Amino acid sequence: MKFYLSYFKLRFISGLQYRFAAITGVATQFFFGIVIIMVYLAFYESGDANTPMSLTELISYLWLNQIFYSLLTLEYKDREIIEMIKKGDLAYELARPKNIYFMWYFKILGQRLSMVFLRSIPFIAIILFLPAPYRLSLPASIIHFILFIITISIGIFLMTSIVAMYNVITLKTMDEKGITNIFAAVADLFSGGFVPTPFFPNFLQTIGNFLPFKYVCDLPFRIYSGNVTIQDGLFGIIIQIIWTIILVSLGYILTKKLLKRVVVQGG
Amino acid sequence: MSFIEVNNICKTFKVAQRKSGFKEAIKSFFKREYKYVKAIENISFSIEKGEIVGYIGPNGAGKSTTIKILSGILTPDSGTCKVNGIVPWKERKKYVKSIGVVFGQRSQLWWDIPAMDTFDLLKDVYDIEEEKYQKIKNELIKMLDIEDIVTIPVRQLSLGQRMRCEIVASLLHEPKILFLDEPTIGLDAVSKKIVRDFIKKINKEKKVTIILTTHDMADIEALAKRIVLIGKGKVLYDGSLLKLKNKYDTNKKIKIITNDKLTIKKKGVLSSKKIADGYEFVIDCKTLNVSDFLNIVTKNISIKDIEIDNESIDDIIVDLYKEYEI
Repeated sequence: MKFYLSYFKLRFISGLQYRFAAITGVATQFFFGIVIIMVYLAFYESGDANTPMSLTELISYLWLNQIFYSLLTLEYKDREIIEMIKKGDLAYELARPKNIYFMWYFKILGQRLSMVFLRSIPFIAIILFLPAPYRLSLPASIIHFILFIITISIGIFLMTSIVAMYNVITLKTMDEKGITNIFAAVADLFSGGFVPTPFFPNFLQTIGNFLPFKYVCDLPFRIYSGNVTIQDGLFGIIIQIIWTIILVSLGYILTKKLLKRVVVQGG
Repeated sequence: MSFIEVNNICKTFKVAQRKSGFKEAIKSFFKREYKYVKAIENISFSIEKGEIVGYIGPNGAGKSTTIKILSGILTPDSGTCKVNGIVPWKERKKYVKSIGVVFGQRSQLWWDIPAMDTFDLLKDVYDIEEEKYQKIKNELIKMLDIEDIVTIPVRQLSLGQRMRCEIVASLLHEPKILFLDEPTIGLDAVSKKIVRDFIKKINKEKKVTIILTTHDMADIEALAKRIVLIGKGKVLYDGSLLKLKNKYDTNKKIKIITNDKLTIKKKGVLSSKKIADGYEFVIDCKTLNVSDFLNIVTKNISIKDIEIDNESIDDIIVDLYKEYEI
């Protein structure tokens, strides 16, 4: 376990090396957040009152999406690991007395957390003090906030097990395009990355309920603003944990199987 | 039972192939044609503890494949292999603790951070005790003279500097066996010498068994007493380098600098060539030894200067490749 922690630590240090990327990242997220909120404001002003989310709930959701984008987005693949598989640098990883899947798992986790630490803290400070209606509201209640912290923490592990799955697929296909891209696009859609899931038509919402993706960030964001009741939130946590266990086990088993037939590319 | 025992291992790769051109690309989109390439076929050898073995052969001969099988990364299709009593690919995690690997064309160091951070990580990878780790690390760093280098981000290092760090990284856990896959590739003369001297030293002092692949025959000459030559996936020669040299290295190149005119026709002179300030001869020492040859020359002309070259080991290898048609 100590090893996985230091692996995580190293990935974290590596991430901190890129200060400029962090600053530009914050600027981009800020810009996107403002534009998206403007679009929704226009809809809300011209439409009727029959919306699945109140305006404050929606704006919290959109800002949280931007804050935690680098941490929780499912469309971002770990380029380093995928390049490693494609070019054959996997050889070195395989020469280590550790489990490859968990090595990847903690590598992804470390990288994502380093990104969010660099970006989110200054970001939150700005958007809490924006003029209304652009401001990020405080959580619905203290219980909602605690629940939010719990769900987002589990969400991080769930995200990692989904992103680790891209590597497992790449191990099979030897390329990260194609099936991995489709997988990533579907995952991103159902996680609420484009549009918050309450705006989905009913049938899509039903499909979404049977997939793990919305439990990554859609659930915690809605808990924050009070769009989900405490009871539903608690139920969501159980599903989050179940999905994480399923995906980690699946990834672990598949990696073990695929490595037996692995071909190390490039000489 | 030897330290490393390899018996009849085979490995075949399935590769997709198609001819060039748009039409062929579309055709292969629907129906892919595969070819089976035998990377290695019935490779067998055994290595004793503390040996340095040069594993040579032309590009694509199967050197890296063998190294990867021996280091537990690939599983062979058939054959057996035991290293120190362990089958590498069956107990990978246990096995790799006792080996170190350097792939000259790849990097194990983290690109964005100093090599020292990677070393610290490897300490945890191999569960090395802090005290022991510090001792070994400092010793290796001193031996390879990289005190000032290990604190610079790896991306800013030259290839030679990086390779020295790579070697340290693969020796921190004190492996019993070290696999070096082209460790001197792309290095300059000075770096090559440092690396070679170091390899020799750890073999002598720490009794590390070393298996080395390379295309640089000077590496082999400096390090390995024994070579295993493979080509087209088969072992072609396994024995001492000296024997190989004696067998093939009978030709000598003699350069004579003179202003006089000289022609020698005698059995044993393989070729003669006029060069700018004299002549160049290649003689076969089996039929004509060097002193006899020089006697003839000095009788006829006055010599300004003379140079005698052994045929280089590179030429021997080229001859060998030719002989085995690889």
